[in-house]
Amino acid sequence: MSAALAIVALATLGSAAAAMLGRSLLRSIFMLAVSWAGVAAFYMWAGAQFVAFAQVLIYLGAISMVALFAVLLTRQSRDEASPPPAALRRAILAVVAAAGVAAVLLWAVAHSPLAVSGSLAPATSVRQLGFDLMGRHAAALLVVGVLLTIALLGAVVLAADGAQERPGDEP
Amino acid sequence: MNPASHLWVIPALPLLAAALGALTPRGGRRLAAGAAIAAMAGALIASCFALHAALAAPAAHLTCNFEWFRLGGGAVRLGWLLDPLNGLMCVMVSLVSLLIFIFSLGYMDEDENFTRFFCFLALFAAAMLGVVVSNSLLLLFVSWELVGLSSYLLIGFWFHKPSAAAAAKKAFIVTRIGDLGFFIGLVWLYDSTGSLLLYDGGRGILEAHALAGLAAPALAGGLAASTAIGLLIFCGAAGKSGQFPLHVWLPDAMEGPTPVSALIHAATMVAAGVFLMARVFPLMAADQALASAPLHALTVVAGIGAVTALMGAAIAVAQDDLKKVLAFSTVSQLGYMMLAVGVGSWVAAIFHLLTHAFFKALLFLGAGSVIHATHHEQDIRRLGGLGGRMRVTFATFAVGMMALAGVPFVFSGFWSKESILHAAMEWEVSRLPLWAGLAGVVLTAYYMTRLTFEVFAGRPRSHAAEQARESPAVITVPLLVLAAGAILLGFLGTPAWPWLQSQLTGAAVPSGPLIESPVLTAVSVILVALGLGAGWYLYGRRPRSDAGAADPVAAAFPAVFAFLAARMKLDELYALTVGRLSSALSWLADFLDRRVWDGAIRLLARLGELAGLMNGEADRDGLNAGFDAVSEGFRRAGRAYSRAQSGDAQGYLRALAVGFVVLVVLVLMGCSR
Amino acid sequence: MNALQLCLAFSSLLFAVGLAGALARSNAIIVLLGLELMLNAANINFIAFWRFSPSSAPATGVIFVLFSIAVAAAEAAVGMALVIAIYRHQKTIRLPDATDLKG
Repeated sequence: MSAALAIVALATLGSAAAAMLGRSLLRSIFMLAVSWAGVAAFYMWAGAQFVAFAQVLIYLGAISMVALFAVLLTRQSRDEASPPPAALRRAILAVVAAAGVAAVLLWAVAHSPLAVSGSLAPATSVRQLGFDLMGRHAAALLVVGVLLTIALLGAVVLAADGAQERPGDEP
Repeated sequence: MNPASHLWVIPALPLLAAALGALTPRGGRRLAAGAAIAAMAGALIASCFALHAALAAPAAHLTCNFEWFRLGGGAVRLGWLLDPLNGLMCVMVSLVSLLIFIFSLGYMDEDENFTRFFCFLALFAAAMLGVVVSNSLLLLFVSWELVGLSSYLLIGFWFHKPSAAAAAKKAFIVTRIGDLGFFIGLVWLYDSTGSLLLYDGGRGILEAHALAGLAAPALAGGLAASTAIGLLIFCGAAGKSGQFPLHVWLPDAMEGPTPVSALIHAATMVAAGVFLMARVFPLMAADQALASAPLHALTVVAGIGAVTALMGAAIAVAQDDLKKVLAFSTVSQLGYMMLAVGVGSWVAAIFHLLTHAFFKALLFLGAGSVIHATHHEQDIRRLGGLGGRMRVTFATFAVGMMALAGVPFVFSGFWSKESILHAAMEWEVSRLPLWAGLAGVVLTAYYMTRLTFEVFAGRPRSHAAEQARESPAVITVPLLVLAAGAILLGFLGTPAWPWLQSQLTGAAVPSGPLIESPVLTAVSVILVALGLGAGWYLYGRRPRSDAGAADPVAAAFPAVFAFLAARMKLDELYALTVGRLSSALSWLADFLDRRVWDGAIRLLARLGELAGLMNGEADRDGLNAGFDAVSEGFRRAGRAYSRAQSGDAQGYLRALAVGFVVLVVLVLMGCSR
Repeated sequence: MNALQLCLAFSSLLFAVGLAGALARSNAIIVLLGLELMLNAANINFIAFWRFSPSSAPATGVIFVLFSIAVAAAEAAVGMALVIAIYRHQKTIRLPDATDLKG
């Protein structure tokens, strides 16, 4: 059980690190996709199949595609490389900050009284999830729906070419 | 040990080759082609083993089912299936694919995207073999869609040609219409049986228990659920197999390279629909016991098949493009197969499918050899006189032509077609499929004679035809192998030695006399002779002298010929009906958007504007003075803070991270003190 | 360390990797994707707690993650649209160059 988790975790972390380090944008996105697949594998391991399903659908299916499109649409961006001293300074600061956060988090995890109860994953059927979403959490579901709608509309407005706006369309 | 558990190897090998081809850079031509051919050879060997294992127990359906994933309480299960039908299809698909891959080495030699071509071909072969070996309709559907995808990629392989790009799109969309029906059928089936496995030790959908449930008259008008589901599945099969009215994509698909036409649009993919019908035949036939039902699924299948068989043959008579003639002939032959399924003899359909795969692949590759030799001249009016220049191609093409025309006794096409006609004659519901089949026989013999004489007889009618030379061995050897198959395969299923029939049904079929119904055979032989004679009389006696000369039939019946040459105007009919309908719908949606919804929104906006106006009046008079003083204070403070606002988003994030760490450390120190 | 702590350690490290990427890279797309990784790390925590400490409402953790994924999708859509808008405006997607909000 733990061995499988270790393999999944190492693969996820490794590909995430490779994505963050890689020079090529496309390769980074590809490695991130691997990493997201690893997270989906973790969900499977933990017994949350439906979440794994959503993870694959949304991260591997949608977000990586959106990122790819963003890369393609911004292809002619000016040269990526910063002047070396500035980039190096930023990288060092970034690693220091991230290491600090990691240290704090790991310390907290190691020193918290976290008891494990229950050896089996809680049984959650898709039917049950559906009832919960439509019942107890219906309000939240509606809010998320509105949020997604507005976010998508906003994304369209942001990404649309401003030159083609008609003057009368302003609300 | 269960041989079915190793069946995944067969599609996996070409899939690996496709992956390798996708990763190979453009220069790695040998690697990509070598991997694809080696994988197909491996798949062929594995298929032979599988067939051997299947023939050891023809009546048993060896399965290997496994759980794919579990969602809540239900599990989705997939599986592999091995029986003589699968085994034969596997061997046929991998053998024809292998030969066509080898042929492509020569045919696509000059193409700069050679690597990509082999990658797509291998992907196609993998998907097709996946269709054949799967024991779950879900897995079959996934492979089925992959077949559609690779077909799209291969038809549009020369995507810089607008016609090829349009043909690829058309093929994809038209087959998708059928697949929609197929998918709805699958959902319905899953809903009513709770499984999509074909055979599952008594719980599969093709086994007695599920069939009994489906065949009850559950729908309005006494229809059985299995009738509706069967017809929905037939929609998918009709789309893939180019049945009327979804046949329109198949002739256009000839825009792809010729090996693709041979592999996909003659031998394997279009046969997938017939294979599917044979595979789910118990489901299709489940409603037969229900005498009160107003409609049986198989009756529709037989009717569509008969219409397609006759229509395809009639249109083929008037085509001038070498590949288009063969394409419509394929449509017609697929109609025969569906007809055979419809009249209840899926064994005859599979027999014809196997023989057709060989002789049609042979004809297409022969056409490919001609096209290769004449630098892409496909107009039969501008060919001619190639018989003397390309002897091997001519001889093998003639074998294929005679097999397709059904020349008696020696060629495989004769035996398989006889078995279909015999089955049609014994069908009790109607005689119309038999008449359609017999009319198709004479037309088939006629148009194939016309094609052969136009291409190979007379003298060359264009510069390209004069320059033609025999193609290299890499092209002619597959032709010879296929020609041998086109002759010998017929002897697997003659009435006197019904080996194929007994293996497929898993029960011993008694061997009868060589000719089951002498009258029928005599009639069809006479019809074949009539077709051949008419073809010879019109095109062979005095071969066309120059490319511009009018077709003798066109000269005699110009209106009929033009109608047939325009493919019975079906494309135009679709543009007028389906196209008009969708334009009208989109116009309606546009109207609603612009006039109705837009008006409501404008009204709301006006109301908001009015409220804003009133607010503004109140602001200006009462509140402004006080705010001015406060805002001066804000401005000063803002100037001080703005130094921290570097505008560097990452700087902010960094500050956040550092701040988090510092806070935690401070809190911890506070606790420990 | 027990299994729950292992999962949490995994998510902490993933969070740190995403943070480092978001801080170090200059390309706005990679920065956004780093943020996505951090969100993923948070989701892993939800699932880990759901898996190892059952509560009275059995599906809470899963539902939380579903909402979180939905919000992440919205964030990615808006983020990528912003990247495209910045690119159209400035012909670059380097974050250090996008300092129009400088006070």
